Order: sequence, then C-alpha cells, then structure tokens
Amino acid sequence: MRLDIEAVSVTLGGRGVLDEVSLSVPSGGFTALVGPNGSGKSTLLRAVYRARRPDAGVVRIDGRDLWAMPAARAARDVGVLMQEQHTGFEFTVAESVALGRTAHLGMFDRFTRADQDAVAEALDRTGLSAFAGRRVGELSGGERQRVLLARALAGRPRLLVLDEPTNHLDIRHQLDILELVRDLGVTVLAALHGLDLAAAYADAVAVLRAGRLVAHGPPARVLTPAVIGEVYGVDASVHDDAGRIRFGLRPRCVCPDRRCHWSCRQRRDRSVADAR
Amino acid sequence: MTATVPKPLALRAAAAPYPALLAALAGVLTVSAVVATGIGPVGVPAGEVAGILAHHLTGGGDTAATADLIVWRIRFPRVLLGVVAGAGLALAGAVVQGVVRNPVADPYLLGLSHGASVGAVLVLTTGVAVLGALTLPAAAFCGAATAMALVLAMARQGGRLLPVRLILVGVAFGHLFAGITSFVLARTDSSAAQQQIIFWLLGGLSGTNWATLPVPAAVVAGATVLLLARARRLNALVLGEEAGAALGLNASRLRWQLLVLTTLLTGTVVAVSGGIGFVGLIVPHLARMLVGADHRRMLPVAVLLGGVFLLWADVAARMLISPAELPIGVLTAFLGVPFFLLVMRARGLAGQESA
Repeated sequence: MRLDIEAVSVTLGGRGVLDEVSLSVPSGGFTALVGPNGSGKSTLLRAVYRARRPDAGVVRIDGRDLWAMPAARAARDVGVLMQEQHTGFEFTVAESVALGRTAHLGMFDRFTRADQDAVAEALDRTGLSAFAGRRVGELSGGERQRVLLARALAGRPRLLVLDEPTNHLDIRHQLDILELVRDLGVTVLAALHGLDLAAAYADAVAVLRAGRLVAHGPPARVLTPAVIGEVYGVDASVHDDAGRIRFGLRPRCVCPDRRCHWSCRQRRDRSVADAR
Repeated sequence: MTATVPKPLALRAAAAPYPALLAALAGVLTVSAVVATGIGPVGVPAGEVAGILAHHLTGGGDTAATADLIVWRIRFPRVLLGVVAGAGLALAGAVVQGVVRNPVADPYLLGLSHGASVGAVLVLTTGVAVLGALTLPAAAFCGAATAMALVLAMARQGGRLLPVRLILVGVAFGHLFAGITSFVLARTDSSAAQQQIIFWLLGGLSGTNWATLPVPAAVVAGATVLLLARARRLNALVLGEEAGAALGLNASRLRWQLLVLTTLLTGTVVAVSGGIGFVGLIVPHLARMLVGADHRRMLPVAVLLGGVFLLWADVAARMLISPAELPIGVLTAFLGVPFFLLVMRARGLAGQESA
C-alpha cells in the first residue's frame, strides 16, 4: 500500500507544528522518520492514523484520501503501534490483541474463525502464543511492546505506522521488533530515535526539524554529518563499517550564541566557576 | 502458521466456562428472588411462595389468602424492583468506569445520581404532577439529564470529551446537587422531610407496587441490549483516545452514546429507588474479577450480580431492625464494603494497579 502525505500542516494552540510536509512511502517501503524531540514526528504520524485531522493538506493511501473515508475503513488498512497508554483495567494478552480486529467487526458481528486466525497469527509472529491468557499488567516492558505490535498486526494492515516502537526496549528487543516489522513486507512509516536503527532497517529516511521536512532519501545520502549536525546540534561523524553505517556523536557547543543549547550554557557556566 | 496455536484460543484468564457461569448466576438470581419474597415480618415458606408465583404467572387471579396478598401484591414487586435497580446501577457503573477509563468511577462520580435526586425532590416539594404516575420518574430523569448536560458542557474542550475533566466536573456538580437536595428538603416544613432526605440520599424500595415496575424494567432491559451491542467498542475506548482512533473508533461519538444511555439508566433507577450508592462502583469490579475486563463478558455478569446483590441488600434492609426499615444505601455500604475488601484481598487487585 502506497502512502502519500501531501503538504500536510497542523497547528496546535496557535503554534504551527507541521508546515506543509510532503512525503511518500512506496508500497512495501520502510521509511524512518527522524528528528529531535518536538520536531513534529508524532503529529505527522497522528495525521496518518487519524488521531489528528490536518489543518491543511491531504493524506492518501493508494491514492484515496484517508480522511475522507469512514474511520473503520481507514483502520482496516492502517495498523498502529503507539507508545503505551495506561488503563486501570486488565485485559489479557489475547483480549488486548483481539482489539486489533475492532475495525473489521460490525456492532453485532461475532468473532469469527477468520478473526481468531488473525489474532492467533499475530500472537505467533510476536512469540506471544504462550502468553495468550496472561494479564498484560504482569508482562515486562518488552513483552508489552510485543502485545501492542501484535494488536497492530491482528488487523492485517497494509500500512504500519510505528511511533518510537523501540522505546524502553533493550538492544536485543529493539532489533527483534524492527526485524519482524521489516520482514512483514508491508509499507512502514516509523518514527525512530536511534539513527543506527534507522540506517540499518529503513530504505528511506525523512528528517523533520521544527515541523518541516529538511531531508528525505536513502539513509546513506540523508544521514550525513552536515544534516545530523544541523538538525540535532551535535558534532557528527559517519563511518562505513563493512556496509553498516555507524555514527559518532558529540554535543556541539558554539556559545556564546543566541541558540546556545541549555546543556552548553550549563557547561560553560560550570567551567567559568571552576576557573575561579 | 496458525497450526502451531492450540484451539480454541484462550481469550481470557478465568477458568470457569462462561455460559455455565451465566447460567449459575441466573439460577442464583431466580432462587434468591423466590426465597427473598418469603422473608419478612410474616414468613412464607419458599415452597408456598413458588406455588403462589406459579399460580399468578400462569394467569391465575388473586385469591383471598393473606399469603397470596403479601407475596404477590407487596413483596414480589419489591424484590423485582430490587433486581432491576441493582442490575441497572451495576450496568451504569460498569459503563461509566469504561467511558472515563477510571476504576473508581460510578454514576455518583459524574453527578448523575444527585442530579436525579434534585429533579425528584423539586417535584415532590412543589407538588406538580403533570404526568400523573410518570411525573416522578420523568423529573428524576430530567434531573439526571440536566446534570449530564451541565457536566458535559463544562467538561468539553474544543469538541473533545476528556475523561479527567469529566470526573472533576462531575464530582463538583455532584456535591452541588447533593447540597441542593438537602437544602430544598430541609426548607420544607413537612414532617416527612427528614424521611425524604434519607430516601433521596440513601435510597429505599419500600412502597413498591406493580405500577412502579414497568418503566424501570423496560429501560434497564433496553439499555442492556444497546450497551451490549457497544461492548466491543467500549473495550477499544478503554485503551484511550489515540488507540481508539487507530482502531477506527469515533471515540467522541461513542462516549456521547454511552453517556446518554447511562443517564437514562441512572435517572430511571434513582427515580424509583432513591440514591442507592456503592452498587455501581463495586459490582463491576466483582464482575471483572470473575470474568476479566472484556465488556462483552463482563457486562452481563455485572447485570446479574447487581440484581442479586441489591435483592439481598433489600432483604437485610427490611429485616435487620424490623418492623422499621433501614435505608438500603446503609446496607449496600455495610454489606458491600467488607465483602469487596475481602474479595480484593483474596483475589488481589495488584494487577489493576500495575497496568
């Protein structure tokens, strides 16, 4: 499923969060969305999974306007893994994953064999079959993240939207989740914090900064010292380690400067104090 | 791929087969209704009660026997109303908890029960009776609806309904409405005012007759069907606004529908039984402990449990200091709190806290 984001703008509380962002993910492509905190990554994803209607611009899946179709119709094609939300009630793993079928079922539809199969397959793919009857609250952070992924997969989506899917996970689980997602073969748009992960798993990287798309293309072309340095305010070096891209990153301080980073200001003040 | 997964898929944690549990609860409810009808200042053996009920339910007319009068005219309607009210309050509580995503919620928390009391009390003190026997239920419903409208209007922000604001605004209005109820009643010089205050704040089922029953019974039955039809989407709503949207849910519209149904339930029940607390808070949790959090399984269990619970609370209310009666709200607290705490310690709500 092809995703086209066309000149999408979002304003929150009078402040522009996204400014005419245009971005396409070809069918089966894996695009990583990177950028500093507050650059608009989550807001862009929310416009794709219909949690926030863009104030301007269009989101299309396979050419059709996503926001013009019924919510359930859109949700049947778009699977979402977002950061975990707290609830006071305890669903079991299977119940929680079965909620991924919600958009496929009408008000009086029974949970059919096909629905059961989709849930079982999602549990199997995420290695959770043995956990089906456990309560989600009893699981570890990594297992819970797999439950959320399984819920997204249970809907058999053709486009997968992931918001920091590797948050709170140890290194092994980060790799496992991204391997799994890549091997599904569906179209993926994922906000990622780790540049290493973006370079290793995505076939395209889109860089957001202050609500604007500043670079977009294959990882090796986009994730250059110049782009990373400019966007994140760091001194970056990029190494080719037998085909894998590695990054060396250090905070960049060019104080005194109007845009001197708070950590640099602190460091400068400390060194001044030490000198006394 | 699916071949590796054992079937049928375990969709819940509890071990008891669900249909058997429902049947057992329905059985307990039926037996309870018969036994409870026999209990009172004049005892009637359960066998005789069953005979009298069977006689009437198969179309038999009234007989001159005292037992017949007591069972059919006085006690049975009251027992049935207890079941209906308990079921309605438990259902309303379960849905409100889901809608605001908060396990301590109940109809009181949103100011609904106290709003209904205000409506009823205003009718009682002004003596208006434009709709005849329906005046009081209608006024209580209008009170609940007004409360809901006020709470929704205040809690809305940019067209969205935020659970935390809903709770805060509901609690604030609830106190205001309780204050209005007490104020209006305390001001009236009627000797019955004290009694009325107790009824509208603590509830009671005395004075129930057959005419009281049809409206609440129909509303509770209808609301049960409509809410069960939305149980699956209520599950998704519990996950939160964002997750709901991602699953194709129109969260705001669903919340509106559920709250209107809850208002209808609460208003109708409070109109005939006064402000009975605690059922709406506790019974949903008992139901969750039995069958888990899935509303499709939990709501029917809550309905049956609520009926059984309030039925026995009413028996205790009319027996403990017989021939006088205790307000039923006192009993729901006395019976409900220790029972709930015991069950909670035994089963452990720890999972709910760590979620």
